[in-house]
Amino acid sequence: MAINRRTFLKAAGLTTLAGVAGHAAMELLAPGALEASGAPKVGEYPEALTAKRWAMLIDTEKFTTAQVYQKCIDACHVLHNVPHIPGDQEIKWLWTDSFKHVFPDQQHALVPERIKNQPFMALCNHCDNPPCVRVCPTKATFKRDDGIVMMDMHRCIGCRYCMAGCPYGARSFNFWDPRPFIENIDPYYPTRMKGVVEKCTFCEDRLAKGQLPACVEASEGALIFGDLANEDSEVRRVLRERYSLRRKPSLGTDPHVFYLI
Amino acid sequence: MYNAGKIIPGLVIFLGLVTFPFWSNIGRAAFEAPELVFPETEEECVESGDWMRANHMILLDDWRDLAVRDNLRLYSSETGKRFDMSLTKTCLSSQCHANKDTFCDRCHDALAIAPHCWDCHVVPSIGEE
Repeated sequence: MAINRRTFLKAAGLTTLAGVAGHAAMELLAPGALEASGAPKVGEYPEALTAKRWAMLIDTEKFTTAQVYQKCIDACHVLHNVPHIPGDQEIKWLWTDSFKHVFPDQQHALVPERIKNQPFMALCNHCDNPPCVRVCPTKATFKRDDGIVMMDMHRCIGCRYCMAGCPYGARSFNFWDPRPFIENIDPYYPTRMKGVVEKCTFCEDRLAKGQLPACVEASEGALIFGDLANEDSEVRRVLRERYSLRRKPSLGTDPHVFYLI
Repeated sequence: MYNAGKIIPGLVIFLGLVTFPFWSNIGRAAFEAPELVFPETEEECVESGDWMRANHMILLDDWRDLAVRDNLRLYSSETGKRFDMSLTKTCLSSQCHANKDTFCDRCHDALAIAPHCWDCHVVPSIGEE
């Protein structure tokens, strides 16, 4: 049968209408049935710890010597297969430094001896306005909705812009394959490969399973971790009661690690 | 035909190069799927065997992005079973493909594929040594 243009257009129009109406009718009568095979198959663990804005408080009165800090550092570095590379190519997620290096803009001649000589713990500050995220060309480092500044090692191309951007020196670059420098490899956390940047992630992998960050657990109460957006949380209560400092606040990065003085 | 002396030899050379993979393989042994050692204790994979054979890399790629970028780590399979979306903790665990050499590597080697996964992800049996 010969078909002219007019008949063809009529048929095409009717077929389209039938298709659209059929889909709409299915959605009305049995919502989601058409996409049943693509139903949500992934989710969070029910016990996951969640927050609107994670933050950490470091009680400097409880941390006085490097040895006390070492427990937290070891807990973190062992769990995350952070290699121990001597010299200036060290990889660090958690470390200590002097007052003048941690708080360079809080210097004056009369800082008490105790503070001047005390080591201070340093880590990624999980800033609200993280320069590392802004400069990363591949979005390998990104800020999650809950404030954690994350690293996606799969996407890191090792350009080290983030290291140049971070004003806290919280990022380390793997110049070598780190595996030979890890004493006991924990098989359940990946090591990194040569040529990627790494840093503290607030133990987001532990939070996802309902555990607090490793350093917080090891600190015996000297580190406090919680939701800054929740007025009833412990972090908010402590911040109301005690005076706190943040690192380099004048840079406008809005760090979310607070030092209780 | 103009320039037949150049065009015809040119075409012959072109066809020879294009069909190189076909005639260079004549007489060689056909590909044989390697024999794999399957887990002793676990009978079921995350999804059906056929699906996994075809799509395991897509699944792992999805898991990677969902876990790292979207913070979603719990996977429900077609049969309703739940899995931790982790190459090391689920796929390579001692109950499943604990031996990478006799499962993953045999296939990857036969197909001359070298995934980068192991550069970072530790095979648990190696970590325990």
